[in-house]
Amino acid sequence: MGSRSISDPEGASPAPGAFCASQSAARVELRDLGRVPYAEAFAMQRELVERRKRGGIPDQLLIVEHLPVVTMGRNGHDANLLAAPELLERAGIAFHRTDRGGDVTFHGPGQIVGYPIFDLREWKRDVVAYVRGIEETIIQALGEFGIEGGREPGATGVWVQAPAGPAKIAAIGIHISRWVTSHGFALNVDTDLDYFRYIVPCGLTKPVTSMRALGSRARREEVVAALARAFGKVFQREVQAEELVMEKL
Amino acid sequence: MIDVVMPQMGESIVEGTLTKWLKKPGERVERDEPLFEISTDKVDTEIPSPTSGTLSEIVVQEGQTVAINAVVGRISDGSAAAAPAPAQAAVPPAAPVAAPPAPAAAPDAPVAQAAQPAAPAAASAPAPEEAAGPLSPLVRKMARENNIDLSKVRGTGAGGRITKHDLEAHMAGAGAAAPAAAPTPAAIPVSGAPASLPPQAPPPPQPQAVATIPPQVEVPLPPREAREPAPMPGAAPALRVEPMSIMRQKIAEHMVFSKRTSAHVTTVHKVDMTKVARLRDRAKAAFQAQYGFGLTFLPFVVRAATAALRQYPIVNASIDGTNIIYHRDINIGIAVALDNGLIVPVIRNADEKNIVGLQRSIVDLAARARSRQLKPDEVTGGTFSITNFGSFGSIFATPVINQPQVAILGVGSVTKEPVVVDDAIAIRSTCYLALTFDHRLIDGALGDQFTAKVKSVLENWSEEL
Repeated sequence: MGSRSISDPEGASPAPGAFCASQSAARVELRDLGRVPYAEAFAMQRELVERRKRGGIPDQLLIVEHLPVVTMGRNGHDANLLAAPELLERAGIAFHRTDRGGDVTFHGPGQIVGYPIFDLREWKRDVVAYVRGIEETIIQALGEFGIEGGREPGATGVWVQAPAGPAKIAAIGIHISRWVTSHGFALNVDTDLDYFRYIVPCGLTKPVTSMRALGSRARREEVVAALARAFGKVFQREVQAEELVMEKL
Repeated sequence: MIDVVMPQMGESIVEGTLTKWLKKPGERVERDEPLFEISTDKVDTEIPSPTSGTLSEIVVQEGQTVAINAVVGRISDGSAAAAPAPAQAAVPPAAPVAAPPAPAAAPDAPVAQAAQPAAPAAASAPAPEEAAGPLSPLVRKMARENNIDLSKVRGTGAGGRITKHDLEAHMAGAGAAAPAAAPTPAAIPVSGAPASLPPQAPPPPQPQAVATIPPQVEVPLPPREAREPAPMPGAAPALRVEPMSIMRQKIAEHMVFSKRTSAHVTTVHKVDMTKVARLRDRAKAAFQAQYGFGLTFLPFVVRAATAALRQYPIVNASIDGTNIIYHRDINIGIAVALDNGLIVPVIRNADEKNIVGLQRSIVDLAARARSRQLKPDEVTGGTFSITNFGSFGSIFATPVINQPQVAILGVGSVTKEPVVVDDAIAIRSTCYLALTFDHRLIDGALGDQFTAKVKSVLENWSEEL
């Protein structure tokens, strides 16, 4: 185990576990990398996207967890001049500008971050359908833990109905190059929600929540497995867990 | 010249926002090299160049939202001849935002067919190149096939350039078969499809872009100018579409969220500010000299509000589900108007500051809010807010609660007016204080007791500055 490194993902060893029974479905390699610095995960995604474009590897579902980091999409600059990077630093939060859609978000411990490297040409050439599919994946996974996730019109992401109105439990931000996706989603499992204060420049966003805040005691691995199952179902893929050695990237 | 168009990124997508050009005009770009980025929903997509060449023109600027297939830029391939466009560039260009998405772009075929009877007049049609500005291969082809005098077509594209849409509108307006030698349009009685068509010609299928012209008309039409579809080339547009800034979107979200969350009720009390006004008048000049900033009414109101918040801590609370969260600290948000938005920086532990300290905080926070230099923790953690709409001349208003707080105090303008004091008419400085409170938590009586406390502190001001 653990012998397959990202430098040789084209190799053909049998997968240790499959989350979707269908034999005919195309394969998605699930790589749960655990805690990875944001910049490293970003570089890894780029590398995998290039390989995916060349057809060298099947679709990938990277699962990571980041140390506290605030990231800003291409369209977020306006609002976030307030989030002075040096201030975040003082609070122990890294800051990265990045190339995904959406504006500013927070990643941190207790959050499952999923980065599907997914070739839409082999599914649907439809970026909105893809985003809805990611939402559906998270909604289905939450359902396994008795949490009713839903959508809010005009506000991409997955929401739950809290007493004080809708609260966001998962954020989505995607980048696409030649129909190959990168970036993805962040689901709050037991994230310290206080961190989100730093990305709310004027208290002008809706509240965030987590599975923990909603009373769930689900463990990270259980949620990852549920997400993998749901991803396979929604995108009609066979999701197989892969070991990934990080030495190269 | 190759048109670069807004690509179709999915079935339900009719438009996209161009977020970034990855090349500058005049820069060389290779085929398939990322040329620009678009944003739809939460997805940013890099769009590769359809061809190799020089980016000669940017039609759609960063931040603009345009319809699928609208021309966003042009790439010159260096050769003057219209080279066969690569697949992506062959998509019909220039659908305006209001037009239906890609499938609606009328194919060339029906138009060409309708125009065939006019072919003999071809000799009188001038070369398309005489028209102003470079033309896309598609427009050239359409003009050639339809014998259209391009000098008579008004261009609505960038720099007055003629687009496919203009050609279609022109053909529809003039009658598809009207070549260079068109009869005076005003005189044409029309019955059925464009009257100038020879009888044997099949009526041209109406391109969707000009669908506002009814296909069957029994009465003579008014002059052509009058029956042109509303968004005709050259006419000033009746609408302007501009995307909201991120801040505006967040304000919009927050306002609606607040209205949906809280049961807003506003109570208004009239306050005699004479005592405070006199104190302020006496101290203003010295204040400016000593501290470098003026003295307004606002710090007095903040000070009075902190006293009332101490007395009625529930106004300094927030709601979490079915719990009431009482805050130990009194952190007062002060609404600051920005050019295109507003922000509510927070004076922490406002009750521990005197008038000088409060005024200093207000001046400092407002200045840094306007220069966008607030720090994140200066705009969070507020437990109560004050908005000073009086500075814009309003006498009273009904502010929206800044969630998750439960109340906000609005301060109207302070004006001198005649009031009855001890059965005599006196001139007093007065203002209205409007408290909007969340009736889920605060009942009317309490809201009024709180406001009365603020009023009482202000009317009986006893503190030194």
